[in-house]
Amino acid sequence: MQVQTNFAAKSPLPLDAEGTPIKMQARGVKVFYGPKQALKGIDIDIGENKVLALIGPSGCGKSTFLRCLNRMNDTIEHCRVEGLLTLDGEDVYGHNIDTVQLRARVGMVFQKPNPFPKSIYDNISYGPKIHGMASHKDEMDEIVEKSLQRAGLWNEVKDRLREPGTGLSGGQQQRLCIARAIAVSPEVILMDEPCSALDPIATAHIEELIDELRENYTIVIVTHNMQQAARVSQKTAFFHLGEMVECDDTEEIFTNPRDERTQGYITGRYG
Amino acid sequence: MTDLVETGTRSVGSSASKSYYQGDAFAARLRQRYAAERNFKIAGYASIGIAAVMLVVLLSTIIGQGYTAFWQTRIQIEATIDPAEVAPVGTTDRTKISQGNFNKLLRDALAAQFPDITDRSDRRKMYDVLSSGAAYELADAVMENPALIGQKVKLWVTASDDVDQLMKGYIERDAREENRKVNDIQLRVVDKLTADKNIALQFNDTLFTRGDSREPEMAGLWGSIKGSFLTLLVTMFLAVPIGVSAAIYLEEFAPKNKLTDFIEVNINNLAAVPSIVYGLLGLAVFLNFFGMPRSAPLVGGVVLALMTLPIIIIASRAALKAVPPSIRDAALGVGASPLQAVLHHRLPLAMPGILTGTILGMAHALGETAPLLMIGMVAFIVDIPGGFTDSATLLPVQIYMWADSPERAFTERTSAAILVLLGFLVMMNGLAVFLRKKFERRW
Ligand SMILES: Nc1ncnc2c1ncn2[C@@H]1O[C@H](COP(=O)(O)OP(=O)(O)OP(=O)(O)O)[C@@H](O)[C@H]1O
Ligand SMILES: [Mg+2]
Repeated sequence: MQVQTNFAAKSPLPLDAEGTPIKMQARGVKVFYGPKQALKGIDIDIGENKVLALIGPSGCGKSTFLRCLNRMNDTIEHCRVEGLLTLDGEDVYGHNIDTVQLRARVGMVFQKPNPFPKSIYDNISYGPKIHGMASHKDEMDEIVEKSLQRAGLWNEVKDRLREPGTGLSGGQQQRLCIARAIAVSPEVILMDEPCSALDPIATAHIEELIDELRENYTIVIVTHNMQQAARVSQKTAFFHLGEMVECDDTEEIFTNPRDERTQGYITGRYG
Repeated sequence: MTDLVETGTRSVGSSASKSYYQGDAFAARLRQRYAAERNFKIAGYASIGIAAVMLVVLLSTIIGQGYTAFWQTRIQIEATIDPAEVAPVGTTDRTKISQGNFNKLLRDALAAQFPDITDRSDRRKMYDVLSSGAAYELADAVMENPALIGQKVKLWVTASDDVDQLMKGYIERDAREENRKVNDIQLRVVDKLTADKNIALQFNDTLFTRGDSREPEMAGLWGSIKGSFLTLLVTMFLAVPIGVSAAIYLEEFAPKNKLTDFIEVNINNLAAVPSIVYGLLGLAVFLNFFGMPRSAPLVGGVVLALMTLPIIIIASRAALKAVPPSIRDAALGVGASPLQAVLHHRLPLAMPGILTGTILGMAHALGETAPLLMIGMVAFIVDIPGGFTDSATLLPVQIYMWADSPERAFTERTSAAILVLLGFLVMMNGLAVFLRKKFERRW
C-alpha cells in the first residue's frame, strides 16, 4: 500500500492514496505480552470520518491492536508496544502525550459490556462530569438523553435512569457502554465486537448508529460478522496470527481479496 | 450420538440398549461420589459442633463467674453531718468540704445503729463492713449538696468486698470463724442490717464509672475503657488512612519490580511478627528516642497502629484486587485519570472488604496487651485519663492485672471485664457486618 505524507491545503492531516485525511496511523506496531509477541508489525492508516473494520480469527490480535490505539494496553502488566502510532500526526506513545486526554479523544467500547455498578444516569454522566462538559444539570440531562437516544436505549430506560446499569440485559448493557463512550464526544471510537451480545434488531440499530456517527467521528470496529463488516465499513483489515495480512477498501476485500488467507477466511473455510 | 453410545456400552460390556451412564460401573462411581460428599458434610457438622460447644463452655464459664460483678452490696447508713467534723454550716467550697472527717461520721452512724457493740476491737471489726471508699461516697454526696451539713442524711454506701461476697453466697457462714473472711461480729451486723432492709445488692455502677483501685469494691473499668478508646482513636486515625493509601499505591501505581516485590513480602512478614516486638520498637523509638511520655494512649496508639497497618494493607489490597479490572478499563476508557478510576470506582467497590479488614484489625488491636507491656501501659493507674498524653491502661491490660489479684471479688470482676471487652468486640464485628451490608453492591 502506498502512503503519501503530503499536506493538503485544507486539512492539516496527511492524506492517503484516495485523498482521505489520515486520522490515525500505525507503522510497524509490534506488541509483546512478556516474551510472547502478539502483533508482528502492523501498518494501517485510519481515515478520518471512515469506519475501519478489523476481522480475523480469534486470538489474531484484533483487540490487542485496538487497545494500542488509546493506550489501554498500558494497564496490562508486561505488555510492551514498539513501532509508531500517531493521532493527528502526533506520536501516541510520545513523551508529551497525556494518556487521559488521549483516552478522552479516543473512546472505547469493550468486548464485554462493563457498565459501572452505578445508576444508568451516572454511567453516562460520569465522563462528561469529570471533563467538565456540562455546567449545570439541564445540560447534563440533555447529554444523557442524547447519548442514550443515539445508542438506541432511550426508550427502554427513560423511566428507570436511577436504576443500576448492571441490572440491564447483556445487550442493553452493551448499548449503555456505547452511549457512555459517545457521551464524552471523542474523535475516534474504538469498538470491540460491540454487537456480539445483541439481537438482530439491536444490531441493526447499532449499525445505523455507526453509519450516523461516521459523519463526526472516526470509527474502528472489531467484528466476527462478515456481513456486518461489509455493511458498516469503508475499509477492512484482515488480521492473521499477529500479522495484518491485507487492508483495503471493504468492497475489494470481500469481492477480490489478494491473499488466499483472506479469501479462505471470508469464505468460511477456516477461522 | 450413536457412536458415543456404542463405545460406551462396549467398554462397560452390558446389554446393547444401555449407555455407559446407565451401567453398573457408573452407578458405583456415583455412589462413591455421594459417599464422599456425605462424609465431608458429617465432618463439617462435627467441626462446627465442636466449635459451638467450646464457645458455649467458654461463654457460660465467663458469664457464670462474672455476672455477679454487675451487682454490688451496698449498706444504707443514717449519718449526721456534724459541722464540727466537716465544715461550718453554709460552706460551699468543695476542697474545704472534702477535707472533712467523713470516716468518723460513718463510724458514728454505725455505732449509733449498734449501741450494744462497745468493745474497741469489736467496733473496729464492725467498721470493716463498710468499704474504705464509703467515706468518699459520703463526701461526694455532701459536696454535691452542701446544704446537708448539719443535717441527718440517709445514704447507700458501698460495703466491703468480704461482706459483698457473703451477700452473694460465696462465703460459708457455717465455717469456723478463723477460716471465714467475715468474722462473727460482722455476721451479726450484716444480719441485723438485712433484717432492717438496710443492706442490698444493687447495680454496680462503680464498675462503669471509676478507675482501678486496690479495693475490689471500689475498682472500675471506666479508666481502662477510656484508655482503650483514646488509644484506638489514635490507632484508627493513623492506621486507616496510611494503610488504605499504601494499599492503593501498591495495588494501582507502584511499578512492578524487585523493590515492590520486596516491600510486599515484608508487609506480609510484618503481619506475622509477634506483637511484643512492636512494643520493643515503641520503647526504643518513641520513648527512648523521641522522649514521648510513658503509659500514654498516644504512644500505645502509635504502636498498635504499626501492628495493625500490615493487616489493613493486606485486606485493602485483596479487596481492591477483587474488583474486576473491567471496571477500571471502563473508567480509563472514558478518560478518567488513574487516581479518579481508583477513587471513583474501585475504592467504593472495595469498601466492604476494606472496612471488614480494618475493623477486624482494630478489634485485634483492642484485645492486645503484649506490646503495651513495653511502653508502660501495664501499670496500676487510678486516675481516669483525660487526654492522649495522660497515663492510662487498656481493657485487656486491666483484665490481666485483675486476674493477677488474689481477692475473690477481683476474680468475678475479671470475668465481668472480659464480658465488657467481648461486648465491645461483638459491637465492632457487628459494625463490620452492618457496614459490609450497607456498602455491598452488585456488579
Ligand atoms: N493480557 C494478556 N496477556 C498475555 N497474552 C495476551 C493478553 N491479551 C491477549 N493476549 C494474547 O495475545 C493474542 C491476541 O489476543 P487478542 O485478544 O488481541 O485477540 P483477538 O483477535 O481480539 O481475539 P478474539 O477475536 O477472540 O477477541 C492472543 O494469543 C492472546 O492469547
Ligand atoms: Mg478480542
